[in-house]
Amino acid sequence: MLGIVRQKMLEQSLKKIQPVASVLRTYSSGAKQMTVREALNSALDEEMSADSKVFLIGEELGEYQGAYKITKGLLDKYGPERVRDTPITEAGFTGIAVGEAYYGLKPVLEFMTFNFSMQAIDHIINSAAKSNYMSAGQISVPIVFRGPNGAAAGVGAQHSQCYAAWYAFCPGLKVLSPYNSEDARGLLKAAIRDPDPVVFLENELLYGESFPISDGVLDSSFCLPIGKAKIERKGKHVTIAAYSKMVGYSLKAAEILEKDGIHAEVVNLRSIRPLDRSTINDSVRKTNRLVTVEEAFPQHGVGAEICACVLEESFSYLDAPVERIAGADVPMPYAANLERMAVPQVEDIVRAAKRTCYRSVLTAAVS
Amino acid sequence: MALSQLLSSSSRSGNRLKSLSSAISLRHPISTDTTPITVETSVPFTSHQCEVPSRTVQTNAKELLTFFRDMALMRRMEIAADSLYKAKLIRGFCHLYDGQEAVAVGMEAAITKKDSIITAYRDHCTFIARGGTLLEVFAELMGRQAGCSRGKGGSMHFYKKDSNFYGGHGIVGAQVPLGCGLAFAQKYCKDEAVTFALYGDGAANQGQLFEALNISALWDLPAILVCENNHYGMGTAEWRAAKSPAYYKRGDYVPGLKVDGMDVLAVKQACTFAKEHALKNGPIILEMDTYRYHGHSMSDPGSTYRTRDEITGVRQERDPVERIRKLILSHDLATEKELKDTEKEVRKEVDDAIAQAKENPVPDSSELFTNVYAKGLGVESFGADRKEVRATLP
Repeated sequence: MLGIVRQKMLEQSLKKIQPVASVLRTYSSGAKQMTVREALNSALDEEMSADSKVFLIGEELGEYQGAYKITKGLLDKYGPERVRDTPITEAGFTGIAVGEAYYGLKPVLEFMTFNFSMQAIDHIINSAAKSNYMSAGQISVPIVFRGPNGAAAGVGAQHSQCYAAWYAFCPGLKVLSPYNSEDARGLLKAAIRDPDPVVFLENELLYGESFPISDGVLDSSFCLPIGKAKIERKGKHVTIAAYSKMVGYSLKAAEILEKDGIHAEVVNLRSIRPLDRSTINDSVRKTNRLVTVEEAFPQHGVGAEICACVLEESFSYLDAPVERIAGADVPMPYAANLERMAVPQVEDIVRAAKRTCYRSVLTAAVS
Repeated sequence: MALSQLLSSSSRSGNRLKSLSSAISLRHPISTDTTPITVETSVPFTSHQCEVPSRTVQTNAKELLTFFRDMALMRRMEIAADSLYKAKLIRGFCHLYDGQEAVAVGMEAAITKKDSIITAYRDHCTFIARGGTLLEVFAELMGRQAGCSRGKGGSMHFYKKDSNFYGGHGIVGAQVPLGCGLAFAQKYCKDEAVTFALYGDGAANQGQLFEALNISALWDLPAILVCENNHYGMGTAEWRAAKSPAYYKRGDYVPGLKVDGMDVLAVKQACTFAKEHALKNGPIILEMDTYRYHGHSMSDPGSTYRTRDEITGVRQERDPVERIRKLILSHDLATEKELKDTEKEVRKEVDDAIAQAKENPVPDSSELFTNVYAKGLGVESFGADRKEVRATLP
C-alpha cells in the first residue's frame, strides 16, 4: 500500500500537476512517496480495522474495487457486511446511511461524484446536519460523506461542479477538502473519528498524484485537526488562500512570483467549515494583501466568505483590495479551449497577486 | 406508558375493592386481571404475498383497560393542543393525531423498547407511547426548557433515543429510508430487533421510499414500513394522488398486510405478526386504515376537501376509543362510571401538565448555540450581528 513507485494517472488530465517540494518541509532520510489514492485507501483501511462500527456504503465500492479505486482491496479484507455496494439510488441509500448513523454506526458513504449528492442533499442537510440541534443533543450523526468534487477533465457541465460553498453554508456540517496525501490521510481519519456529519471533498485529478510523506503520517494513529489551515509556503508579501487542487496551482504561482521578488504565503485551507479564520487573518496581517483561489463558481463562494472575514477583522491591515480567483461564472463547457478558460490557471493567480502588489501589467483596459 | 396497578384485583364484578391508596392517589386501579379473553378483530386481515394472521386475538382486562386509558390520554392531549394553538401558545406547525391513537397504542403493545420507531411530523402520540411524558410534550410545543428537545425542536421534532424513538421528521418521506437505516444497524449489531418506519398515504408515493424498500429487500433488513392511511395527504384525497391506493400492495415483491387501524387489537396482532416476519424474512408493509379528525395541521380546517358527515360518520362508527369502551362494557370489565372516571383522570393529568409547562421558562439565550455539533472544536459561531453576538461552540 505504501507505493514508492509513482502510480500512473488513470484519467486524462489537461494539466499535469507536479508535486511541489515545499520550502519548509524537511524530509526524514529516505522520504516515502504516497499517492492521494493510497493515502485515502490506507486511512479507510486503518479506521475500519480500529472500529468495527465503521463501514463503507456506496456505488461500486466492493466488487468493482471503487469507481476510482479508492476502496480497492477493502471488500476482500473486510467482507460484504462492511463494504456495501448499493444500487444507483442516492436519495435512498443516503437516507439509509444517515439512519444507520442515528443508531450509532459510523458509515463512510461515497458519492461517485458530489454532483450526485444533489439527489440526496435533503438527507445531508435536513436529516444529518440539523439532527443534533433539533433533538437538543439526543441524536448525533457520525457519518462521513466523501467523494470527488469539482472539475475533472472534459466531463461537461453536469459532472464538474464544486459543492464546497453549498455544504459549508450549513451549520451542523463539517466540510473538509484535502490537497496532498498527508491531508488526505489525516483529514479522512479525523472525519471518520468525528461524531458529527462531515462532507469530505476530494479531487479526482489529485488521486494519482504522489507526494512525499513522513513516517509520522504513516502511523495508524496519525490524525489532523479539523478546523486548522496549514501554511504550505511561508511568505511576506501576499497571502494566497486556496483548497484542494488550487493549492498546487498556488504553490506554482508562488514560485513564479518569487522570480519577481514577490514572496507569497500559500495557505492550504484544509477545512472549509469550520474555516480557520485566525490563520487566514494572521497571515493577512503579516502580508497586508489577499488573493483567494477556488475552482468553484465565484458568486457566494468560499472566496467571498474569506474576503468578507478578512475585511471584517483585518481591514486596517490591508494595503490593497482583496482579490478573488475562481471558476468562470458559466456551466462547465466541454471543448478543451473553453474548459481551460472556465477554470483558474496559474497565470491567473500570478496576475492577481501582482495586482495586489500594484505590479500588474497593463492590459487593453485603462487602469 | 403510565400504568397504574395499585392493587391486585380479582376478576371484576360488583364487589371490587377500592384500595386504600386509591383514596390518596388520583388514579383508579386498573384491573390487573389477566384472564384471557378472546376477541375477533373488526374485519379480517387482507394480505399481499404472505399468509394472513388470525383475526382471533387474545387479550385480557388489564390490557384493554390500559389501552382505553392510553388512548383517552392521547385524545385529550391532542384536543388540548388544539386549544393551546388557538390561544397562540403553540406556534408554527402542529399536526394532530386524534383518531389515529389505535396505531400508536397497538404498535407499542406488540413490541419492546429495543425495537425502533421513526415517524414523520404527526408524532406527539407516538412519543407518548414510547414513554415520553405529557410535560415534555406540552413544554416542547410551547418552546420551553422542559420540552423533550429543550424547546429547540418544536412539534415536528420530538425524539426519545433511550426508548429508540427516532423522531419526529418534517420532510415528507425522508423518515422511511432513515428507518430502513435503523433496521440495517439493528441487523449489523445483531440486536434481534426491528424498526417500524411510519409514513402517510401522501408519503407513500415518494421515490425514496421505493429506493429504500428495494435496498431493504436486497439486504433482508428487519424493516416494517407502516402506512398510516388516513386517506388524505394534506388536502388531497388518496384517489387523486395515487394511481394505486392499495398501499399494502405497492411493495410489489415485498409482502404487505392491510389492517383496520381503528381497531387497537388488530393493530397489535398485525405488528406482532410483522415483527416475527421481519426478523426472519426482511421487510414487510403494513397499511393501517385509519382516520384523522383534525385537518392536516392547525392551519387546515380539514373540511374543504371532505364532508362533515364523513368525519362524524367515522367518529360514530369507527372511533378507536369508543370501540374499546364498548368492548370493555360488553365484557363487564369495568362500569361506565369507572371509564368516565378514567377519562376525568386523564383530563386532569393533561391539565396539570399544561399548567406546569406554562410555568416552565423559555430556553436560556445561550442555548441558541448549543448542540450545533456533538463536538464543536471550540470554533466560533455568530448571531445576527457578528460583531455583537459571538459564541464558542463547545
